[in-house]
Amino acid sequence: MKYFFIFFLSPILIFSQLNITGTVLEKNNKGEEILISNANIYWLNKNKGTTSDYLGNFTLPYIKNQKKIIVSYIGYKTDTITVNRLNLGKIWLHPEIKLEEVIIKKKINPLQKSLFKVQNIVTVDSREMLKAACCNLSESFETNPSIDVNISDAISGAKQIQMLGLNSPYLLFTQENTPSIRGASQIYGLSFIPGSWIESIQITKGAGSILNGYESISGQINTELVKPLTDKKFFLNLYANNYKRYEFNTRYNKVLSEKLATGIYIHSNLRNGKIDNNSDSFLDIPLANQINLMNRWQYVNTEKGWVSYFTTQFLSDSKQTGQIQYNKNTDKFTKNAWGSEVKTKRLDISSKLGYVFPELPYQSFGLQLSYSNHNQNSYYGFNQYDIIQKSFYTNAIFNSIIGSTQHKFKTGINFTHDTFNEIVNTETFIRNDNNFGVFFEYTYDNLERLSFVAGLRVDNHNRLSTFITPRLHLRYSLWDKASLRTSIGRGKRGANIFSENQQLFASSRIIDITTNKRNKNLFYGLKPEIAWNYGIGFVQKLYLWNRSLEFSIDLYRTQFKDQVIIDWENPRNISFYNLDGKSSANSLQVDLNYEIVQNIDLRFTYKNYNVNLDYKSGYLEKPLQPRNRFFLNLNYETIKKNEGKQWRMDFTIDSRGTQRIPNTNTNPQLYQLDNFSKPYSIINFQLTKVFSNKLELYIGGENITNLTQKKPIVSNSNPFGPYFDSTLLYAPILGSIYYTGLRFNIK
Amino acid sequence: MNKIFLFLTLTFITLTINAQQKNKKAVIKVEGNCSMCKSRIEKASIKLKGVKYALWSPITKELSLIIDESKCDTLKIKKAITGVGHDTYNLEAKKEVYNALPACCKYRDPNSIHMNHKKVKKP
Repeated sequence: MKYFFIFFLSPILIFSQLNITGTVLEKNNKGEEILISNANIYWLNKNKGTTSDYLGNFTLPYIKNQKKIIVSYIGYKTDTITVNRLNLGKIWLHPEIKLEEVIIKKKINPLQKSLFKVQNIVTVDSREMLKAACCNLSESFETNPSIDVNISDAISGAKQIQMLGLNSPYLLFTQENTPSIRGASQIYGLSFIPGSWIESIQITKGAGSILNGYESISGQINTELVKPLTDKKFFLNLYANNYKRYEFNTRYNKVLSEKLATGIYIHSNLRNGKIDNNSDSFLDIPLANQINLMNRWQYVNTEKGWVSYFTTQFLSDSKQTGQIQYNKNTDKFTKNAWGSEVKTKRLDISSKLGYVFPELPYQSFGLQLSYSNHNQNSYYGFNQYDIIQKSFYTNAIFNSIIGSTQHKFKTGINFTHDTFNEIVNTETFIRNDNNFGVFFEYTYDNLERLSFVAGLRVDNHNRLSTFITPRLHLRYSLWDKASLRTSIGRGKRGANIFSENQQLFASSRIIDITTNKRNKNLFYGLKPEIAWNYGIGFVQKLYLWNRSLEFSIDLYRTQFKDQVIIDWENPRNISFYNLDGKSSANSLQVDLNYEIVQNIDLRFTYKNYNVNLDYKSGYLEKPLQPRNRFFLNLNYETIKKNEGKQWRMDFTIDSRGTQRIPNTNTNPQLYQLDNFSKPYSIINFQLTKVFSNKLELYIGGENITNLTQKKPIVSNSNPFGPYFDSTLLYAPILGSIYYTGLRFNIK
Repeated sequence: MNKIFLFLTLTFITLTINAQQKNKKAVIKVEGNCSMCKSRIEKASIKLKGVKYALWSPITKELSLIIDESKCDTLKIKKAITGVGHDTYNLEAKKEVYNALPACCKYRDPNSIHMNHKKVKKP
């Protein structure tokens, strides 16, 4: 039967004229197919040919012994095609590449350690922020080895960050170079800046610059928010995870003229999953909701040299946590169940004005003004804690040169006013702080190997008296692509002992402050903290087998002259007293970044901390601080196709060594903990599919090995008893988290 | 007569003082190719006393300067730039100096601008 058909059809194949057919088209920038009419199609080395019709179709008679046709059209690359079948289908022509329009994009690592800046600065851009699952500033450091993220206690779920082995109060947080998270917002403030509003983060290790104040000791973290003139027109981000956490982020920008634009940014989140996976009757993660609104105005006039911003932010955040059966309407301040609520309202208004002298490009003037009102009402069981902080900050800076641009300087004045109004159970603390400062910073660059920044500021503070803050940063280029940096600086601050250590309220510990009653001009009767920070760092960038490699070592030491010791060593107490003896924090960090295979980047970090201080009970290691930490991050990105189509994968292992647990030996046997915790590792991953320049979807998992601290709360069955304590936390409470989300934007 | 003479001299002095600007802007055409040329040209100029600011654009080949005229003039700058191997509007660099430049910076050869700079070692 088969043979019959072949026999019957073969004459047709032999005798009819054989034609080669096909369609000529192109793909435009948007990836749409466009038909090309009047393209020339002809046999290689023959004169016989045809042109395509208005639908791009062509028919070319077959010529014996010819194998190749040529397709050409003006402005497109001529293509030679081997004829191996009659219907050649779609033939895509590519536009001829014009030489002057070639753009060579260098792949820039989302985590940049600068070779040329004098200070040891790591710049984190918005792409890195996408790697962290979610959603606010405190969580955006989880893929960043320079900073450690810890959960402060088993109740509040607040994430606290550390640098160089010191807690966040020793860091200076600035938002666009205006001090932002300080005082009352120290614990929860990092969760008040949504990740999707952040354009980039600059992390300065060591003392940092004197321009923004005297308070930074271990480092400075500056966040730059998106700017209405340069941001996308519209952005939307949705997120949900398996513990009923939902996040909503949107940004809308309107360009009113070439010089003026405004943006409205909205963030809201909701956590309404009552999760108690470890069955200790306490919520593993608080019930929470937040509304966060921001409006920005940006004015830029490049001809006249003016730049200005005006930003208003309003936030309302509330959290409820405690025992799972806790009902805030009936159980508040009763022994029915242990519960806690933290409600925060915050208003931030800031403006910036900059002027660059049009005739003198090296000379400029800047003015910053900001006001904030932070109002937190909270209770933890029977402990009540309320704080209102009102702050006003202004800073005027003048930039110019001495002789030539090799010698630059910045000078200015700055005034800060803070009012603190705190209620701690029955006691009220009211404090007014005023500070007036003058600063001068000189930058020298010999244009060859050496550059340095030397800064000095003199401040007059009603509690800290008049004092000098010197800072010096120096960079020396040893050889090609290698820099050696050193820094030295002094920092001074008054500790806000309650707002910075709010987790103490989620315990039955008795607050004990060893005060110095003679001097009323102190902070809760405690002397201010003074520390010197010394650092040395080396960075080498090179190409190994044609792929970029970056290697760096940093060594830092912070030495306290005065410190407010937070003593957890008696399990029934929390004591605050001034340092009497030695206290220092040493840190070593080794980083290695390498593109192991095309598009697969490896980031490896080892850190070692040695933080020891003199307690009343002896010279001890700082508790709940891993001595060793390993960090490994693998990132894979496929090559971007048209419209930005891409896959991105990210994988992180974070290993923490043993941590010393504060002494619990005086507790009954049942409530005693080991002296040291076991080391553990946390594994996170994320997968993103970019469908187009407009839309991307992501899924991911955090802590996928489901590692948790089995008994995060001491005496959880008797929360009103004397041994209740949620502060001895060294590992995650929440097990595996799986999440998904989308990002949509219009340019 | 004496008084008039004094008056004139004073006027003249004031005029010369006024003519010598502290922040005089100047633009000089300087030949060159790449970012290595840029740093060489800018370094040579900024290190002169009286030069406050120097920026060279590899696209327009223009060196924008701000100078203190009482301490420096454009001729001095041109000499300094030709001294490191770059031709300016009316001054040429010496052959030996020019020949010592790395291959990618040999701007007198029109093909040098297309050179791959990665393969060239720094001097």
